[in-house]
Amino acid sequence: MALAAVALAALTLAAPAADTPDPVADAKAFRNFFVTKFPKVKLEDFVNGPYSMNEGMRRQWEEKEQFPPYEFSLDTGKEMFSRPFKNGKSYADCFPNQGIGVRQNYPYFDTNEGKVITLELALNKCREANGESALSYVRDDMAALTAYMAFTSRGKPFDIKIPDDPRALEAYQNGKRYFYTRRGQLNFSCATCHVQNPGERIRAEILAPALGILNAMPIYRSEWGGMGTISRRFTSCNSQIRGVPLEPQAEEYRDLEYYLSYVSNGLPISGPGSRP
Amino acid sequence: MNMTGIILRISTFTLASLLVIANATSVPAASSEADFKAAYAAAEATNKEAGGLRNQWTVTAEALADARKAADKGDFDRAVASAKEAEALAKASIFQATSEKEAWKNLEIR
Repeated sequence: MALAAVALAALTLAAPAADTPDPVADAKAFRNFFVTKFPKVKLEDFVNGPYSMNEGMRRQWEEKEQFPPYEFSLDTGKEMFSRPFKNGKSYADCFPNQGIGVRQNYPYFDTNEGKVITLELALNKCREANGESALSYVRDDMAALTAYMAFTSRGKPFDIKIPDDPRALEAYQNGKRYFYTRRGQLNFSCATCHVQNPGERIRAEILAPALGILNAMPIYRSEWGGMGTISRRFTSCNSQIRGVPLEPQAEEYRDLEYYLSYVSNGLPISGPGSRP
Repeated sequence: MNMTGIILRISTFTLASLLVIANATSVPAASSEADFKAAYAAAEATNKEAGGLRNQWTVTAEALADARKAADKGDFDRAVASAKEAEALAKASIFQATSEKEAWKNLEIR
């Protein structure tokens, strides 16, 4: 036991001193890392994940986009979005611009509530405020709604803001810490796959770069045989590295989404997407 | 860190985990129900601590489930071994969460 503890302790490198969070500098360094690592990939193409990394996969994807697998979900989402609640109101009443073309502004930090509000959370808050039950964050209905809202926002650049509020900066920093923290028995962080190894294979898959990784959400995944929300993606990533996932929309996941979206500011929304 | 470094680090981590488990699972024969209950309670408490750090591992839950299943069948040797394995895994997850409080910064893009 002692030997093992020593072996493990030896792996832990001395950590640098804590820095004051600087989101602007972070986003610049983040973008610079990927454009330097992949000089042939156009900036706006990073939102296409593995297809920006592999020409063969890209050709298959372009053919698939003729009849995209998320189309049924998109139709369902549009129908759900338009259907009034029992009280006569609808989702459009809960969002700026009636919910059309606003995906790029989520998540945002709500200074009244003091927390990050994701699009998925905002949709359920809207439902509950109008006497409807909350939807599952990892099931098809939530994926359909967010697919429709993303579709109406395609091409609009991510525009995530960090208000002048120490709680917002703390949420951003918490999201960053979550992104780089190793977890699960496999000892992987989000960055292990999506910063250190984008473009490399993990089993049959090609790993997507972290830059722009949420722009295509929600996604149809052939591996899932269906649509998946950001919540589904985060929880399944944790399971795959043998970590017990947190509850969907846990503070950690919302903060992670805040961080990852912020560092992809300026890149276009491309969702809904499809992935192998 | 390059790919070789990552693999080396993961391999060493896995090896160290195995050492922890191997040490923890060397159980004398003929364990009793009381031995199982004590080992299971210790594992559960350690895993609860990992839960407080928001860093439980799926394999810990699996080992706890194996322990319960073996105890239900009256196989207390196996039940104790699985409970001790679960405890070792939970300890490793606590170690990971604790060391990552600072170590995450080493991966950060700057």
